[in-house]
Amino acid sequence: MIDIQISTAPLDPKQSYNSVADPGVGGIVQFIGTVRDQTKGKKVLRLDFEAYEPMAIKEMTKIANYITEKWAATHVSFHHRVGTLQIEDIAVIISVATPHRKVAFAACQYAIDTLKETVPIWKKEIFEDGEVWVAAHP
Amino acid sequence: MQIKLRAFGVARDIIGSSVLEIDEPTLNTTGEVKAYLIKNYPKFADLLTFSLAVKDEYQEDNFVLSDHDEIIIIPPLSGG
Repeated sequence: MIDIQISTAPLDPKQSYNSVADPGVGGIVQFIGTVRDQTKGKKVLRLDFEAYEPMAIKEMTKIANYITEKWAATHVSFHHRVGTLQIEDIAVIISVATPHRKVAFAACQYAIDTLKETVPIWKKEIFEDGEVWVAAHP
Repeated sequence: MQIKLRAFGVARDIIGSSVLEIDEPTLNTTGEVKAYLIKNYPKFADLLTFSLAVKDEYQEDNFVLSDHDEIIIIPPLSGG
């Protein structure tokens, strides 16, 4: 099962976990991306996230489908938040459930790495003296 | 060619609007639209790169546009 959501509401790790929990699963790896309070030593006040949602959902679905095929994942869940996030808020939760533990780590790592490369989501860092769109991946 | 561009992130700041409609007979491919953007909004040249999507898929520069296509301008990503 594939569960993809983009939301302005706060993200809940338990909800993501629930969407992949299954009696046939032996391992669940969950990645939680949170808002850090500084960038290269410069204090960050908050982040603004935005997505081009139709394509972001399409690209996350591609990643989930790939994981399902390559690592025989049973369930994959992507929850990404948009809007204004404060320090320590959760920006993204990815949960991958597989029959055996080992591939769940590889699949989850692939999921977050590829999300950053292909999913049309952007964040703006707001500092005390200005703001900048982050260009993390060309 | 009548096309509608939608801009996100820093691309919206560069254009100064989230939507841009242009009617240019010379724009037939995504590559030509990129060149048009760089010429009319030189700050696009300062980005590491930017991509264009049509029909919600990334397209190479040789993608041939159809009239009334909606093109999404995708500056460098920073999700996650």
